[in-house]
Amino acid sequence: MSALADTIATPPARRASGEAMLEIRDLHAYYGKSHILQGVDLDVGAGEVVSLLGRNGVGRSTLVKAVMGEVPPRGAIRFKGHWIAGLPNHRIARLGLGYVPEHRDVFPYLTVRQNLQLGVKNPRRPGKWRLEQMLDMFPNLARRADSPAGVLSGGEKQMLTICRTLMGDPDLMMIDEPTEGLAPLIVRQVGDLIAEIARAGVAILLVEQKLSIALDISHRVYVMGHGRIVFEGTPAELRANDGVRREWLEV
Amino acid sequence: MEVVVFSLLNGLLYGLLLFMLSSGLTLIFSMMGVLNFAHASFYMLGAYLAYAMGGQIGFWPALFLAPVLVGVAGALVERYGLRPVHANGHVAELLFTFGLAYLIEEIVKLFWGKQPVPYRVPDVLSQPIFTLFETTYPAFRVFMMVVALLMFGVLWLLLKRTRAGLMIQAALTHPHMVGHLGHNVPLIFMTVFGIGCALAGLAGVIGGAILVTEPGMAHSLGPIVFVVVVVGGMGSLTGAFVASLLIGMLQTFAIAVGASIGDLLRLVGIPVAPHGELTGITLAQIAPMLPFLLLVLILIFRPRGLMGARET
Repeated sequence: MSALADTIATPPARRASGEAMLEIRDLHAYYGKSHILQGVDLDVGAGEVVSLLGRNGVGRSTLVKAVMGEVPPRGAIRFKGHWIAGLPNHRIARLGLGYVPEHRDVFPYLTVRQNLQLGVKNPRRPGKWRLEQMLDMFPNLARRADSPAGVLSGGEKQMLTICRTLMGDPDLMMIDEPTEGLAPLIVRQVGDLIAEIARAGVAILLVEQKLSIALDISHRVYVMGHGRIVFEGTPAELRANDGVRREWLEV
Repeated sequence: MEVVVFSLLNGLLYGLLLFMLSSGLTLIFSMMGVLNFAHASFYMLGAYLAYAMGGQIGFWPALFLAPVLVGVAGALVERYGLRPVHANGHVAELLFTFGLAYLIEEIVKLFWGKQPVPYRVPDVLSQPIFTLFETTYPAFRVFMMVVALLMFGVLWLLLKRTRAGLMIQAALTHPHMVGHLGHNVPLIFMTVFGIGCALAGLAGVIGGAILVTEPGMAHSLGPIVFVVVVVGGMGSLTGAFVASLLIGMLQTFAIAVGASIGDLLRLVGIPVAPHGELTGITLAQIAPMLPFLLLVLILIFRPRGLMGARET
């Protein structure tokens, strides 16, 4: 176990079905005629860090997109007791579900500070994450606070998009491929940030390809293959299961 | 000298009128990706409403009320027309606004007839405000310039200095992401569409009095406004401002200068016969062509426009 994992609070006991913060049942999704999600069941409990692993193209990103309605979902999705499948994305976000998409969509012509300000849902009721605190945490962002976000490096953009969503005080964050294409040192920083968020009690659904990060910081992991969940368990169980790793994860 | 000064003033006037129309269109165009063919129709509606209301309540209340009504009409069109059509893609939206433009024109003809209506500015504004080279310049033209410049200033501040403006700027490039952060993007779209139509309406209240209020007025300005948006660059208020003035000046000067193509060629040292079929064409004759030539060239050589945030 790495130092990272030690920093995260003890995993909350796996909740019985019907009590998880996010419950996904028999979720299907299509791109045109291709059947991408073929009946996915997945839970994330309050304060839990869950990773969704799998090779490229098995439907991991589609799953989080379907939750936000980017891809039309078919099936049941319940968040904090609300049925959210098919709701407009701003209403889902306002229930406390944060989403950081895979393309690091910073608003390129707004400054870093303005990007963070737009993460706040209601300026009259600011949440527990403060803009200055974010900038203190990331000197790189602080130095560029008044520059257009378009000039940031890939890693800085990733930090900014995560921090921006955090400004909206989510109870659960879905983070899609945050370390893709980043240098090892930056990958480490992103991992630290996610661990820090988890320590603050925010539940996380992490879509990742880098096993090391996911296994270090997760309480539970799911492995996807061909649009279905093919493994569900603890990081230790996945480490011990050579068969699943060989068949569904290793290239 | 006299010609230059008056061409400058008229170019400025025409350019500012174009800006009042294109400022709303450039935001709508880049945000929703929809070429709103009916935008100039809202300009026409503004003129006719101000004419109709002006008779009852006077010019000054109408100056405020007509744009508000046009803005509300625009917001309703977005909410109950464009938004359901949006689900069927951009081509459907395009056809929708195309149809809407003709619909508004026919409605205007139905209520006010095919002939121009006698919409005039109030007496206080039709007085000359200054005399230049023994020619008087009407106060209303100066009034229009002031209104257009004020509009540019207020819009710029709203966009750059308010939270709502930040959301609009963000939604210009990444509408989905703005929604994921918990902001109601459809509401932002409706508001921007409404405000854009209200600005077009305001342009109509003023432009209708300076030019002429008739059912063809939307047609005569509509295409040029698209040129302004493309030349200025999508979503750029400053770009729309610069492009409006550029095109305003270009057209006014081409008409004012009495030279022919042959004269121009001789000027750069190419000797041509004075009255050839081609060389005898005057600049005034090709003036209407110039904005569209600019449109075509910009699309080929600089698709982002002068100051655009992204490609058209």
